[in-house]
Amino acid sequence: MSAPARPAAVTNLADGEWHRLHPASPLLRGGLVFIAVLGFVIANLRERAIDLFLVVFAPDAERFGGNGGQSGDEWANDPVGAIVMNGLVGWALLGLVVLIIAVIVGFWLSWRMHTFRVTPEAVEVRSGILFRSHRSARLDRIQGINVNRPLFARLFGTAKLEVSVAGQSANVQLSYLGSALADGLRADVLRLASGARAERAATQAAAVNAPGATSADPSTQPTEPAQSAGPTHRAEPAELPAAPSRSAAAGAPLTARAGGLVTHRVDEFLAPELDPDLAPPESVVHLPLGRVIGSTLLGGSTIWAIVLVAIIVVGVTSGQPWVLFSFVPAAIGLVSYMWSRITKSLRYSIAGTPDGVRIGHGLLSTGNQTIPPGRIHAIEATQWVFWRPFGWWSVRINVAGQSVSASNEAAQRTLVLPVGTAADVHRVLGLLLPDAAAEVAPFVSAGLTGRGEGGGYSSTPRRAAWLRPFSWRRIGWAAAAGVALIRSGALLRSLTLVPLARMQSVAVSVGPVDRALDLAGIRLHTVTGPVNAMLPVVDRSEAMRLFERLSEEAVERAASDTTHHWGVAARADETTGAAEAGHAADTAPAAPEAPNRERPTDEPPEGPVR
Amino acid sequence: MHEIDADWRRVSPKYVVVEVVGSLIGMVVFVGAALVVFFLWQQQWALWAAIAIAVASIIGIALEPRRVRSIQYRLREDDLLFRRGIMFQRQVAVPYGRMQLVDITRGPVARALGLADLKFVTAAAATAVTVPGLPMEEADRLRDELVALAETRRAGL
Repeated sequence: MSAPARPAAVTNLADGEWHRLHPASPLLRGGLVFIAVLGFVIANLRERAIDLFLVVFAPDAERFGGNGGQSGDEWANDPVGAIVMNGLVGWALLGLVVLIIAVIVGFWLSWRMHTFRVTPEAVEVRSGILFRSHRSARLDRIQGINVNRPLFARLFGTAKLEVSVAGQSANVQLSYLGSALADGLRADVLRLASGARAERAATQAAAVNAPGATSADPSTQPTEPAQSAGPTHRAEPAELPAAPSRSAAAGAPLTARAGGLVTHRVDEFLAPELDPDLAPPESVVHLPLGRVIGSTLLGGSTIWAIVLVAIIVVGVTSGQPWVLFSFVPAAIGLVSYMWSRITKSLRYSIAGTPDGVRIGHGLLSTGNQTIPPGRIHAIEATQWVFWRPFGWWSVRINVAGQSVSASNEAAQRTLVLPVGTAADVHRVLGLLLPDAAAEVAPFVSAGLTGRGEGGGYSSTPRRAAWLRPFSWRRIGWAAAAGVALIRSGALLRSLTLVPLARMQSVAVSVGPVDRALDLAGIRLHTVTGPVNAMLPVVDRSEAMRLFERLSEEAVERAASDTTHHWGVAARADETTGAAEAGHAADTAPAAPEAPNRERPTDEPPEGPVR
Repeated sequence: MHEIDADWRRVSPKYVVVEVVGSLIGMVVFVGAALVVFFLWQQQWALWAAIAIAVASIIGIALEPRRVRSIQYRLREDDLLFRRGIMFQRQVAVPYGRMQLVDITRGPVARALGLADLKFVTAAAATAVTVPGLPMEEADRLRDELVALAETRRAGL
């Protein structure tokens, strides 16, 4: 861990040492319930409490109740009164104090014992008071990083960072971190995971040595005024005792810090989900509210809603009240599903960053997800028949580590574009397949709406109509730049793209009917997810040719694929550009210190983050 | 290490016995259940059901040798090919680099015959490549060979 080895750190959290989470974490994780219960009890006891004070401090005053403590059942009816009657106020208060202290100590211990570190190889978390757990996620296996900000956490200015790796429920959660720290740590983890570390260190060392700078340690440099203004905003937690920003913060006037804290919190709350410093300023897709609502109302769930309403109406009018009890909960569930779909699609954004695609969403509880390059195993654009007049499409992906279960959160993460136009699909595909986008683009339009031969797609023989009477004209495949495209579906149009570099295996199957018609089906196996890459019918000899081609190309592409260490290849030229293009505004006024700042272009300066 | 060859290899003909025993057990259970229904409750349809099940099972058993012969695998330069089925044919190509683990399992009948099943697991559940009925030493050798091949051709997830 020499100093030039980690010059680009945005935060000091990724230095391989153990760090603690935000001090409010235990409160946010479980304590909110406790506070709510406490508040409820206090609100209910308020009147009693006033009486109590009278009794305790003026014992001669009129007794309430008046039936002196003789029966046990008043303990049940009025425990507080009974305590007072029996002269146990002292004990009760003592018990209360002990309870509160125990809770506080528990929170403090769980905060003390919950530590994490980010080493060049892995993200590790240790937690638990009695039952210790130690979980680590290898950086080169990271499938995505999610930063979630539930509403309460946002009010505290904190965020939850989740590192997802392949495997069922193998995610490593850091809940909670300071909001800006979470963003910074994400950038650091992605930078380490990108494999750019060695590369970057070498170029940075060269850059540092060239101007003849003496020190490469960020903590020893003088802090510029513009930078010190930032840390003062985040003066709340002391989770980083040795952080240089803290010492800077301590010097600022107290009132300025308090005011800054409030404005910063408000800024943070109103800030768009995507950090303008981390991503290109605007999302490539804009979702108007009308489209979100319209698409939800025209979605498949609407049919279910209509069916449910019909059943309920018929049931009620024909005097069958049980219908109400059995179907109303389902209706409520459906409405809440539609509502959550709408709210989650609000403030949707998708943008490309050097470390992958970032997708943000949510109105009150916000979240964003970063999928590093080379982690997407399949993409599918679908259009339901009701969406066709409007030209709306939705895009889903398969990524490793998503469970099969259609849980709401998992479904949310695989849904890359809730609803968008064909042009949006083009833009999203450009982000998801950055290397192949140019070659694939000509096939996409024909794949979305085309049918029959043309547009580079194979045609399906007419006899396939026996098996696929509606969609046989649309069924076809194409391949470009190591991506297989499969077009199918008439009522539910779909275009599936599979990067062959990540295809797991390929199967061709021939059933009895297929053989009679000289047809076959081909299936591309990818990791589990909502996308099924399948070419249901294709001429049999063509199927064998396609099978050979896919199996060969899969091996070739997998061997030459380097996207999972995206940094090594991509960063070389980018870092050279960083010096001049990068933080021109930031570094220009402090020219002599510029080499010491050593900030990469894609990561934010620490102060004005968000 | 074993040579990589371009020929299709078949599984052991003894595997027919494993399949036949499995089919017979299934047949006995279902036919027995149908006969019990017939004799206890005098349900005519149960007798027909028993006859139908028996006929279907016997036809299946008669085809068993062909079905077992159809199970073939082939180690190519960079991937494993596996195919099986006469009515429903399926052929799968799995690049060695995609291997997550190799699993060897043995049922009671297969163990008595000295056979084992070799399962090739990738990150995709749908891959489902299980080469059944390999002689034990052959299965062990194939496992080591596949692991070695996967090591040299390791790919990302």
